[in-house]
Amino acid sequence: MKRTDLRKILIIGSGPIVIGQGCEFDYSGVQAVKALKSLGYEVVLVNSNPATVMTDPDRADRTYVEPLTADYLHEVIRRERPDAILPTLGGQTALNLAMELEKRGVLKRYRVELIGAKAEAIERAEDRNLFKEAMRDIGLDMPRSGSAHSLAEAEAIAKTIGSWPLIVRPGFTLGGTGGGIAHDAEEFARIVSGGLDASLNHEVLVEESLIGWKEYEMEVMRDKAGNAVIVCSIENMDPMGVHTGDSITVAPILTLTDREYQAMRDDSIKVLEKIGIETGGSNVQWAVNPKDGRRIIIEMNPRVSRSSALASKATGFPIAKIAAFLAVGFTLDEITNDITGKTLACFEPSLDYVVVKIPRFAFEKFHGASTTLGTQMKSVGEVMAIGRTFKQAYLKAVRSLEAPLKYHDAESYDPWFKRELDEIEEFRKFLASQKDVLTGFTRLTGLEENTNPVNPVNPVLQNEQAYLLLLQAKVFGFSDKEIATAIGSDEITVRNTRLALGIRPEFGEVDTCAGEFEAVTPYYYSYYGYGTTETAGTTGTTVYGDSSRTSRMSQMSRSSKSSSRHKIMVLGGGPNRIGQGIEFDWCCCHAAFSLRKRGYEVVMVNSNPETVSTDYDTSDKLYFEPLTFEDVMEIYDREKCDGVIVQYGGQTPLNLAEKLEKAGAKIVGTSPKDIALAEDRDFFRALVAEIGMKQPASGIAHSIEDARRIAKEIGYPVLVRPSFVLGGRGMAIVYRESELDSYVSEAVAASEGKPILIDKFLEHAIELDVDAVSDGETTMIGAILEHIEAAGCHSGDAAAITPPVSLSDKTLAEVKRYTEIFAERLHVVGLMNLQLAVKDGEIWMIEVNPRASRTVPFVSKATGIPLADLGALAMVGEKLKTGLTGFTGLQFADLNPVNLVNPVKNKKYYCVKEAVFPYVKFPGAKIVLSPEMKSTGEVMAIDPDRFGAYCKSQIACGSPLPKSGNVFLSVRDEDKPQVAELAAKLKDLGFGIYATLGTSTYLWERGIESRAAFRISRGRPNVIDLIREGEIQWVVNTSESDGEASGDSVKMRSSAVASGIPVTTTLAGFAAAVAGLAEEGSESSVYSLQEYHHDGME
Amino acid sequence: MKWKAERERKAYLALADGTVFHGVAFGAKKNALGEVVFNTGMCGYQEILTDPSYAGQFVTLTPAEVGNYGINSDDIESRALFLSGLVIGDLTAPSNWRSEKCLDDYLKENGVPGIYGVDTRALTLHLREHGNQKAFLYVGERGMGNGEREAIAKAREWEGLDGQDYAAKVTCEKRYDFLATKDTKNTKEEDDLCELCDLCGKKEKPYVVCYDFGVKTNILRSLASWANVTVVPAKTTAEEVLAMKPDGVFLSNGPADPAAVTYAIENIQKLLGLRSFSTGLTRFTGLSGGAPQTPNPVNPVNPVKSKSIPIMGICLGHQLLALACGAKTARLKFGHHGCNHPVKNLATGHVEITSQNHNFAVLPESVPDCLEVTHINLNDNSIEGVRHKTLPAFSVQYHPESCPGPHDSKYLFDEFKKLIFATKNTKDTKAGNDLL
Repeated sequence: MKRTDLRKILIIGSGPIVIGQGCEFDYSGVQAVKALKSLGYEVVLVNSNPATVMTDPDRADRTYVEPLTADYLHEVIRRERPDAILPTLGGQTALNLAMELEKRGVLKRYRVELIGAKAEAIERAEDRNLFKEAMRDIGLDMPRSGSAHSLAEAEAIAKTIGSWPLIVRPGFTLGGTGGGIAHDAEEFARIVSGGLDASLNHEVLVEESLIGWKEYEMEVMRDKAGNAVIVCSIENMDPMGVHTGDSITVAPILTLTDREYQAMRDDSIKVLEKIGIETGGSNVQWAVNPKDGRRIIIEMNPRVSRSSALASKATGFPIAKIAAFLAVGFTLDEITNDITGKTLACFEPSLDYVVVKIPRFAFEKFHGASTTLGTQMKSVGEVMAIGRTFKQAYLKAVRSLEAPLKYHDAESYDPWFKRELDEIEEFRKFLASQKDVLTGFTRLTGLEENTNPVNPVNPVLQNEQAYLLLLQAKVFGFSDKEIATAIGSDEITVRNTRLALGIRPEFGEVDTCAGEFEAVTPYYYSYYGYGTTETAGTTGTTVYGDSSRTSRMSQMSRSSKSSSRHKIMVLGGGPNRIGQGIEFDWCCCHAAFSLRKRGYEVVMVNSNPETVSTDYDTSDKLYFEPLTFEDVMEIYDREKCDGVIVQYGGQTPLNLAEKLEKAGAKIVGTSPKDIALAEDRDFFRALVAEIGMKQPASGIAHSIEDARRIAKEIGYPVLVRPSFVLGGRGMAIVYRESELDSYVSEAVAASEGKPILIDKFLEHAIELDVDAVSDGETTMIGAILEHIEAAGCHSGDAAAITPPVSLSDKTLAEVKRYTEIFAERLHVVGLMNLQLAVKDGEIWMIEVNPRASRTVPFVSKATGIPLADLGALAMVGEKLKTGLTGFTGLQFADLNPVNLVNPVKNKKYYCVKEAVFPYVKFPGAKIVLSPEMKSTGEVMAIDPDRFGAYCKSQIACGSPLPKSGNVFLSVRDEDKPQVAELAAKLKDLGFGIYATLGTSTYLWERGIESRAAFRISRGRPNVIDLIREGEIQWVVNTSESDGEASGDSVKMRSSAVASGIPVTTTLAGFAAAVAGLAEEGSESSVYSLQEYHHDGME
Repeated sequence: MKWKAERERKAYLALADGTVFHGVAFGAKKNALGEVVFNTGMCGYQEILTDPSYAGQFVTLTPAEVGNYGINSDDIESRALFLSGLVIGDLTAPSNWRSEKCLDDYLKENGVPGIYGVDTRALTLHLREHGNQKAFLYVGERGMGNGEREAIAKAREWEGLDGQDYAAKVTCEKRYDFLATKDTKNTKEEDDLCELCDLCGKKEKPYVVCYDFGVKTNILRSLASWANVTVVPAKTTAEEVLAMKPDGVFLSNGPADPAAVTYAIENIQKLLGLRSFSTGLTRFTGLSGGAPQTPNPVNPVNPVKSKSIPIMGICLGHQLLALACGAKTARLKFGHHGCNHPVKNLATGHVEITSQNHNFAVLPESVPDCLEVTHINLNDNSIEGVRHKTLPAFSVQYHPESCPGPHDSKYLFDEFKKLIFATKNTKDTKAGNDLL
């Protein structure tokens, strides 16, 4: 039963998106907030990530967008006095914070209870030794190991373990040096000897290696009455040794017998009992020796995890929601299963389909980093696909990736999966060998020219063999495109042939019960089967799956029930990747929320299991499908949608717009034609000129000579990039011809002979991001973001502040005017983002994107006006002037994008967005802000003081500026004058200064005392030594491009990142930081969004 | 060639209601008749294949991939395969360290036909809506003479399972002792459970006679971990059983319609002491279910002469016990077949995830006063367990022996053990009953 002794509950979010902790925790947080609110609790939320749905001010009662540190949480607790904290839904971040609060005595002091998992249980699960001990207590197997003090002892242990390879870990070494993996006796002897020498107590630990073992996971839910269920079982295709986040995984488990499965189930439940998880969900990981079935416990997470999100989407069982219910006193048999509406949550979902998850990587963004998969997670996103066979699901997942599948070593997969993959390959070849039959057939039906493919041409098939082949290829799981590639045709021809023959997908439901009960939640996936035929007449026979029937009745007969409501399809963004992440999913969710509120029926299509958009109650109908033309169009036809929104999911749905429109889909909002025009260089140039705006000079180079000539004409520095790239891939700023040469040779290779675009680079200009919404008549600016870094770094990576702080009223008025003109000229209906540069009071046009931008959620949190909602309503024809309202009753008319003011206290406030980078996961990669986006996530900081907001943003993104200590400066010559000023201020604040020889000399000449250190390549002690010795607390390094210094920069920044020392790489960032530090005297304030927006700041 | 057969799809399963499902033949090349049911368990096909309760049935497995972990010689639940045929989606090759052969070969060796490539989801939804169906499975290379129409006719003509005594078809021919060898031991926990019980070990092992109506081996393994077990044919009389002087009698699972196994119901009544052993039997007014009924089941006919023996029943055994006590059984629309059914133990409030396989169930409104409902299914509130209020007898509709399925309900065997010891020690059946 519901606990009535609790009134107010604090939920901790997971902060910015980083590798290993993605937007799955927004999904779980949203479910938890919803669940607790529905039970009547007052919910307080803390999360620093503005791109989350959970931080929408209409979700929790009090929403704090503040840094996720114990200090800030302490302050929130002091203000709010919650009765309990639910720490199990915000990933490792929330769990760690809860533990820290517990250790600091904050929880005790304010009498706050931890619900979901008790501190002792968290400790037992997280502490390696306590965990081992607990697992030994309940008789679970663990890797065999022993410690040795001599080679002979080590060899004896190796003999007992009896298998290679072996892991050798020296005891008590500095920095974990001297260990390794030994594959044979010789190697073993070498590593052990080395390890014994390296060990301070002359000891090595010899441990059995589990590399290559099968890896499994079980998602367990347990309630306070001790009822426990396995929600989902997951099998990894990649064996032990590859992080499960980087593994291709499959649900349910496929290669265990019932006996083995049930034993694993029993033990998984025992683990929860032993660790003391009284309520909620946990993930238990196992390794199984493929040779003899020996099973070893790997770990358990006493919280909702990435796998839980996957399990929720794979089974339809809302783990986070149920976990929240359980945490406040319910038992599993008191909660209804939403999907069936009748049965209870106390059951184990049964799957009649296969789910495949494939991670998405971003190695192309991190030159120099190793692409080998290991125990450190490297993927930035994932896709999930559902099929009626493994092959169908796998092929769907691969095409959902929008990237070639690589970095995976199929040889290492479990034999079962390997064989399935081989069969896919075999069938692909077979299909190619049948090319003549298939292409002959497409010609026979005369469909190449067919303009109305939906009408069957001829029910009597002239070539049954070809018909059967095509059908079989579809059932096998191949897309029209893949079939076309195999037989040397094109996607549209194959599609038209297929449609003419009535070969259409069927749609299965994710119903948690394999069809046993009726499902009320419309959550679908497509699959191809052999169809259904209904024979009219006396018998009235229905025949399923007879491939030879010529009068097939398409599955359209089973198409969804028609309703009188208007139906709008929203296309999601697919897998998270750098440049296209949670921000776009936030927009898609808001399209669904706002349209549903107005009575539209919303159909969501997406392939990303981490998202809120794929929660079954975000939209009216959810299709978990690849975002490809073929898959989307089938759904569009089946649902008979009235329109589709393509401008919210990032580049993925935009790429489909033209094809969808051609096939008969109605794109609502800005037309694909206008979107394309905005990207058309020549058109856009002419348009900007006509409007009378400045724009950087530019040219297109087809050869190195071209490039040199154009660059010289325009004048260095120039911005260069290959044409046709996404997310700023391959972009760079080039300062001199030598750099240009090396860039061109690389870029030409990268873009396969396509031309290179060269633009004049505006140095030291202020870059602006403008987010606006238009209904075709009225255009309103949501916010103007002023970048803190100078132009040249990708807008997704730049720190930015709103309202703008250094623009004149005249400039602001011009920005507004240009925004309106461009909206009008590009016929924008929906959202629009402009990137402008301001230099010497003049506005330069960089680009216009008539679609949702990455900053829309941030802007909406800052102002309280959800821009994406307004855009969606504008797209379906509503007018902005009619007074659309914001999150909590704010009128759109209240919005003043250049001045954020608390209405009650008439007090100004500022919002800063800062990016978060994954460098620590990619040792060796170049750490530099450039026109190519590299950040995985962002944080928001909000404060009445603008410098306070900046400092908070640095704390929130995990690299708080030091309050004291030593700063290391290594800067470009151009930056030296300003750096000298800043260095002087730092001295005043009590900091010590280290600098490279050149910088140091420069500072001395201006009377600023500093200590010099060698460049890394020149001698010692250099900066790396200083970092290692803990002598330096902050690295400021703005030099980049030239040879030697560049190599030094990479090393310096890498080692700083590895040591957790903040690195500032731009002069502007440095200036903002120094200003922030100088202002530190004024204490930072903590308020909720609700207080900023309307309640008033006490 | 495999791919040719896979797209030509010559095999089919024709339902009596005129619906036909096409697919690809595998296993034995033998057409068959049976009733189609679906099972939603996600693994455990080998246990399902060897479960005699499926006699006379085509089992449709809902998981997408079947065959993936092969077949081994340990996970068998009876001496043979009794089902009519197997209906699955994708048939795949095995990968598991215990696998000895593939599913296809296993079915061939055992003379059981199969059909794969069937849209099992469509079939499941059809059965959910229209109830379980009589069917004819055609697995030939070419079309049958009159094709699907003839197959449908054959399915309609078949007598079906209602009113059929299939227990007699699958039971053992003669009695045998089941020995708990190391190989047949279930799991380590089973032994732990036994050691934990202080009633055990102090005394000699109790003696349990198990009626084989189609018993699953893991029931015997579970009993044999603490008892000496003799398995007897379904038609063994109560007198013969009593002559063996058992400490407890176990009523096994089994196929088809419980009401048709009238001899077993009579024997159970005698063992409970509800029916006299004299030749002049009490006359019963026949019920629609066809089960004999005692006029006053609460009070034994001859309480002095026939002392009641502790009895436990599972599945068919549960239905028979209920029938013997005067309850009625009826067919469920599509039965319970799977491994994820939540069952609530009404005494403790604890929810067990259970393994289920039955088409018939005890009707709630027919439960006589002498029986107490102990377990219910949380999905549909159907009766999952009963116990006699005054006699040492209880039964469950589901499968605490699992195989396949979760082990949550293994404690019931322990309950049976406690009941036997209590009855043995006190002679006071009431006290024994209180232990339940």
